[in-house]
Amino acid sequence: MKKLSQWAVLALAAVIPVAASAHKMFLVPSTTVLSDPTDAWVTVDGAISNDLFYFNHHAMDLANLVITGPDGKSVAAENQHQGKWRSSFDVHLLQAGTYRIAVTSEGLFASYVDGKGEKKRWRGSAATLGEIPADAKDLVISQAQGSVNTFVTLGKPNDVAIKPSGRGLELAPVTAPNDLFAGEAAKFRFLVDGKPVKDLKVTVIAGGTRYRDKQDEIIATTDADGQFSVTWPAPGMYWLNASLDGQKATEPKASTRRLSYTATLEVLPQ
Amino acid sequence: MRRLCLLLAVFASSLTLAAEMQLSLQLPKQAVAEYHRPYVAVWIERADRSVAANLAVWYQNKDGKDAQSGKAEPGSKWLADLRQWWRRSGREQKLPIDGVTGATRPAGQHDLKFSSDKTPLAGLAAGDYKLMIEAAREVGGREIVDIPFTWPPAAPQHLAAKGEHEIGAVTFDLNP
Repeated sequence: MKKLSQWAVLALAAVIPVAASAHKMFLVPSTTVLSDPTDAWVTVDGAISNDLFYFNHHAMDLANLVITGPDGKSVAAENQHQGKWRSSFDVHLLQAGTYRIAVTSEGLFASYVDGKGEKKRWRGSAATLGEIPADAKDLVISQAQGSVNTFVTLGKPNDVAIKPSGRGLELAPVTAPNDLFAGEAAKFRFLVDGKPVKDLKVTVIAGGTRYRDKQDEIIATTDADGQFSVTWPAPGMYWLNASLDGQKATEPKASTRRLSYTATLEVLPQ
Repeated sequence: MRRLCLLLAVFASSLTLAAEMQLSLQLPKQAVAEYHRPYVAVWIERADRSVAANLAVWYQNKDGKDAQSGKAEPGSKWLADLRQWWRRSGREQKLPIDGVTGATRPAGQHDLKFSSDKTPLAGLAAGDYKLMIEAAREVGGREIVDIPFTWPPAAPQHLAAKGEHEIGAVTFDLNP
């Protein structure tokens, strides 16, 4: 069941075109700016929902949870729990600096016609490609890579945990992701496999959608250097998302690759 | 005797050369069932919003440690609630800051005096600044009051501001 939910999410991401993807994946930290390392903890909720940031569709699968500390080393999540609508875990911040908390997804999707002439869909990984029958016709394999992120900082922000890895679609902060204030512009860069991506549409939506009639999306577009800027209209938690289809696959059997990136960012009052 | 007179004259002139700041800050009484003394930060901000001097930070009332050194430092858990001060200065500091940080204070009037020949004012370059006062109260509100001023003052100046909920009347007197 746990695995299934993850693949369901991946399948959703792969099948539904960008504009129509109603379900939003997110990680929401209890706080993002901390000042005391004796007992600095954040608790994080993860979910897939229609509304930001409410839990009303599916709990986030935490199988691929990766927490990176200020020194670049991984940090273990504590007290993991998966409920009906959301998953949660705690992070003990033992070191000053910025932490990246991410759930990554990576998978292969196939469509084919089997020996009986029936249309089939398959999802798996490079390791389970053998499940596709050898006599499959019209076989199309695509690859999907995505990540759902959030950031927290104890003391002074640093950038070790948020340095791009050079794999997939990544946000390279120009403005520190835990130094965001209402009325100010923040700058970020989007990279694909470490290279700036131009003309990428970035969607930013403030939380609390249940209590307003419109999504009030902020749309930004990256420039030639992959940069875009957002001026935060008000304090709050924001959901940032971008996705990109038709990229060159990195799995040899796949013909195309779909990338997605999501982050939850907290904007503080002045 | 002549030498003594000369010494006294030098001493007197150094006294008159020292410009002064006198700050009077009201922390209002709050009509609430659960009252906690506010955390308060007072600092001098440059035009680019960087911090020229920390004048006072009142927060020490619980056990804790400093974010940079990891050494015991009471009360730092909620320091980030002084959002602007934490962002502009606090997160860069090793706490406590000698002569600046101290325990929280009760509601009422608090008078602070600073002289240009002593820290934290010593070495403050001539220019336009803002006096910043930020107060954040546990289970209460947060407020910032600022007073623009020019340093050093050419003539005595009486400046004032008033907060709405966490900070009461503020007077700021500058003497050349």
